[in-house]
Amino acid sequence: MSVLVIAEHNNKKLNALTGNVITAAAKIDADVHILVAGNDCSAVAESSAEYDGVSKVLLADKPSHEHHLPESLGPLVIELATNYTAILLAASTTGKNLAPRVAALLDVAQISDIVAVEAADTFVRPVYAGNALATVQSNDSIKIITVRTSAFDETASGNTKAPIEYVDFALEQDSSRFVSENLAVSERPELAAASIVISGGRGLGSAENFQILEKLADKLGAAIGASRAAVDAGYVGNDLQVGQTGKIVAPDLYIAVGISGAIQHLAGMKDSKVIVAINSDADAPIFQVADYGLVADLFQVLPEIDALLS
Amino acid sequence: MKILVPVKRVIDANIKVRVSADNSAVDLNNVKMSMNPFCEIAVEEAVRLKEKGIASEIVAITIGDEKSQEQLRTAMALGVDRSIWIEQAGNIEPLSIAKLLKAVVDKESPDLVILGKQSIDGDNNQVGQMLAALCNMPQGTFAYKLEIEDGRAIVSREIDGGEQVVSLALPAVVTTDLRLNEPRYAKLPDIMKAKKKPIDHLTPADLGIEISSSLKTLSVKEPAGRSAGVIVNSAQELIDKLRNEAKVIS
Repeated sequence: MSVLVIAEHNNKKLNALTGNVITAAAKIDADVHILVAGNDCSAVAESSAEYDGVSKVLLADKPSHEHHLPESLGPLVIELATNYTAILLAASTTGKNLAPRVAALLDVAQISDIVAVEAADTFVRPVYAGNALATVQSNDSIKIITVRTSAFDETASGNTKAPIEYVDFALEQDSSRFVSENLAVSERPELAAASIVISGGRGLGSAENFQILEKLADKLGAAIGASRAAVDAGYVGNDLQVGQTGKIVAPDLYIAVGISGAIQHLAGMKDSKVIVAINSDADAPIFQVADYGLVADLFQVLPEIDALLS
Repeated sequence: MKILVPVKRVIDANIKVRVSADNSAVDLNNVKMSMNPFCEIAVEEAVRLKEKGIASEIVAITIGDEKSQEQLRTAMALGVDRSIWIEQAGNIEPLSIAKLLKAVVDKESPDLVILGKQSIDGDNNQVGQMLAALCNMPQGTFAYKLEIEDGRAIVSREIDGGEQVVSLALPAVVTTDLRLNEPRYAKLPDIMKAKKKPIDHLTPADLGIEISSSLKTLSVKEPAGRSAGVIVNSAQELIDKLRNEAKVIS
């Protein structure tokens, strides 16, 4: 039996997070298939086929799959599910939207947000906002799993080419209609996949001051993040929020600027490899998790850092 | 329009959780319990729809032991009309919860089910989607805005990298995200009035649902802690350390 990974993409380009999910899938079973469901998305199938260890790509290319609505994709996945012992998705908003719908229709449990594969039926997942790690064993014949992608490396690609098989299945439905989408356009790397993240908190004081971070981010090739306090204060959009209720990131370098370090925020970044904290308050809890702390006025040191990086 | 709002009693969001000594679970003895924050947002949204004259009745429902009725009283103090308590001690899996809720949906025929996107204990983020699947209803997850227009729910959703709007035929399931609203506090007279509102008592057997389990928790552990590192004295020293010691920038 094989395992199936549902690719994440925007119909034109494969999202690199899919490669992290494949790494988790390969720990369950060496025979990994990928499902690319979308509209006019054959380019995505082509790039999916290049991941190491992938033996087959299933391409479900239909107008009704364009917006990845779970009402339309759920029946498709159910149709394919009996061929697999596990179906894995990224624990992204798309994966979280679809996976439980599939699990319920198959009458099996879902295992959310795994950070480790202990055995083909045993997984580790954070609970209570990462304050505890539960090891769970599933006795379902098909395991539906979402993967915390920051906990797994991306699978290498470019060495092989798996065959692409067409899946002719579409269910027309009108109960859920796509209306519109508004995606932030950015030249910077995506927050969840960036190797360096620089985040700002309430200490930045205004939306304008976030531009100081943006300059630094461009020099470092970093993604921009924010604490919930900065989002609530309206400095940046909700999509940049790092934390329990926002994005969970684990980059090689995380720089927290003007962030006090509420539990809420720490839950979203404490697995980063190296953490830097810059804050004028020496007692800020962020310093308790930082590898390097700098107690200073951020408006003074950020220009210095900027100059040092030039 | 009738709205069903499932709510959950969980460890209070401000409490630091501790793992039990035998690593079997999180210790819930003598710990403050509250309504799950995302459920509070669901209750608030339903109450606002009633205040706008869109909803005519709001029914809250919870699954839990005797004490979970406290959260139903809280919901009724905030404006919910009546409640259903399904008595079931201990933790049950999201799929069983969804099956119990489906049985109630079949009885009550709501036009809208609004519930939190996840509970802050299990962090599963599954029940709403599972309920929608079992009821064959459309779903609007992670909602930050909800409008009812021409018999459809227009749900604006938080998605990775931005926002998405979907239009759902009713009846539908909506799960709440943080920005949807800011829940109110219950007023004392409303708390008193809520004591007189009815709570229906049901068991899984009454609903014809057998609670099953396919996941076994082998252990619950504290994550490896992170210890504080060094305090550097200048931007120069910081950049030196990042370049030469941590080697994370070039």
